[in-house]
Amino acid sequence: MAQDLEVERVSKRYGATAAVDGLSLEVAHGSFFSILGPSGCGKTTLLRMIAGFLAPDEGDVRIGGASMRGVPPNRRPVNMVFQHLALFPMMSVGENVGYGLVRRGVPRAEIRRKVGEMLERVGLPGATEKRVDQLSGGQKQRVAIARSLVLEPTLLLLDEPLGALDLKLREHMKIELKELQASFGTTFVYITHDQSEALVLSDHVAVMSAGRFEQVGTPQELYYHPATPFVAAFVGENNRVEGNVLRIDGDIAEAATATGLRIRARPAGALAAGDKIAAFIRPESIVLARTVAALPGSMQQFGSVVESLLFDGANSAVLVREDVSRHTFRVALPQTGAFADLVPGERILFGFEPARAVCFRVAGS
Amino acid sequence: MTPALVAPRGRLALMLLLAPALVWLVGLIVLPHVELAILSLRARVAPRVFEWSLAQYRTFFEEPLYWHTFVRTATMSILATLCTLAIAFPVAWYIAKVAKGRSKSLLFVLCLIPFWVSETVRTLGWMILLRESGVVPRLLVDLGLTAAPVELLYHDATILVGLVYTSMLFMVVPLVNALETLDDSLIEAAYDLGGSGWSILRKIVIPHAAPGIAAGAIVVFMLTLGNYLTPTLLGGKNSLWFTETIYTQFITRFNWEQGAAFGFLLLALSTAIVWLGLMLTGQRFADVMRRS
Repeated sequence: MAQDLEVERVSKRYGATAAVDGLSLEVAHGSFFSILGPSGCGKTTLLRMIAGFLAPDEGDVRIGGASMRGVPPNRRPVNMVFQHLALFPMMSVGENVGYGLVRRGVPRAEIRRKVGEMLERVGLPGATEKRVDQLSGGQKQRVAIARSLVLEPTLLLLDEPLGALDLKLREHMKIELKELQASFGTTFVYITHDQSEALVLSDHVAVMSAGRFEQVGTPQELYYHPATPFVAAFVGENNRVEGNVLRIDGDIAEAATATGLRIRARPAGALAAGDKIAAFIRPESIVLARTVAALPGSMQQFGSVVESLLFDGANSAVLVREDVSRHTFRVALPQTGAFADLVPGERILFGFEPARAVCFRVAGS
Repeated sequence: MTPALVAPRGRLALMLLLAPALVWLVGLIVLPHVELAILSLRARVAPRVFEWSLAQYRTFFEEPLYWHTFVRTATMSILATLCTLAIAFPVAWYIAKVAKGRSKSLLFVLCLIPFWVSETVRTLGWMILLRESGVVPRLLVDLGLTAAPVELLYHDATILVGLVYTSMLFMVVPLVNALETLDDSLIEAAYDLGGSGWSILRKIVIPHAAPGIAAGAIVVFMLTLGNYLTPTLLGGKNSLWFTETIYTQFITRFNWEQGAAFGFLLLALSTAIVWLGLMLTGQRFADVMRRS
């Protein structure tokens, strides 16, 4: 399939620090691609280089196969939805959407027709004459997207556009964005620090840290097969335990922490006895039990005391303190309603399948 | 406490707070103007005998020199305002959008520094530069551009230069304020959507800065129209500035009635032109004043 966006070993330095450090990236036509990373990881710099507001120090950006070196933003087949949307307050909704068409010298009647059609497609029919400040947050979002999509760009860049919305609306706009992308078929490149947005929306996600990609893959790959400790910690909830490898037993490594906790987990990459590792266990991989018999024999078992309950509807969890190491684990409560009666201070057993925990070698002795 | 008890006390506090402003407004602006209005409507029929008359106003329309000076002052003031805007806009843009941190405040101070010197001294400075034996004419001779030193004073252009120089700060400040509130991402968005520099300036920047532009233009226009020193010193006898005419009536001719009438005509003129300017650019006075 044709690649709408190819980024080739692009770097951008500010003084001694590299905001973007030799990144390469390919985005297939019609896909929804997210760049996920904490603030300050360089994702905005990367996006601005794709849009043309910044020139890369090294490397090249190709859009639709054509090199964008020296091409200013107003001549790139790329449009951007800004973080705070940047709708023009001095213009009506229709003028906002038609702005790019006017600049292209499209005949007036055609502009009116296209603007009307586009507003209808984003669910705002008849909003042409409205002022921008008469719109709700979600409607502004749609106008910002319509304003870009009416120009039929090869690529639509979105710079954390949901960041300014409240939670309820954000959840709603996530679904709407995904539907819009599917119905227009335009390639979306979306940057965010919110892993849930990236996972829900994207076909592919690149996890970025300190100017580099840690891992590029489908949301499922990132969640179930993180390639680096950073990805394991950043994408979704995870319990992190550090220790040293005692022995390798087939495809399971056994490690001990400094506090005496013994853990068995699946190694990601080659490990040898003595290596320092970080192990990650998802809260939903951990099973609670009140009796030893209730835990499958294949699981490691730990005794613990309930420390606190974190009720959050379907995402409810409990923090338990392991007896030997005094390490706190986050455990997801099962959806069946079992263990809903837990109280802090109660003794509880927990365990997990070693294959569902993952460990990485980390720097240090 | 119930609102009924709070209200009278609140009103008293409000009155006390407003009192200095009211004293200033009534005592120094309204009362003298009422006095002037009465003066302007009197005509002297015999020594120390006055009667109500519109004669002073009639003189203005019957004497071509007066209304010629009047129209000339208005035209020159509008021209000076436009020149100031054209020069101040890039300066304000640089201060508001390009300069960062220290250099920003430094540039602001640079705009302010000339105002630490009194207007008289500043204008005399221009005279030293521009008079026939001054710095600039000699430089022109040295560079071989003119054969003999030329007199650069006492031209209309010289008056304009002086007026623009005097007014710069009053245009730069509201413009910087207006431009600083313009979100950079609006400019980037317009650029991203295919806008060129000129179209962004026309469609995004100027509409956003319009109240600031209007505020600056009003202040500069008023100051220029009412300026006395700069046109007199730089324009000499040719300046024909309306404030000079008023001054002559009051001081030289001792014709306070005529001077008062001219004063009111100037007030009417400035009000009319500001109103017209606001109408033409579709601005509301309240919005503009909030920005200045």
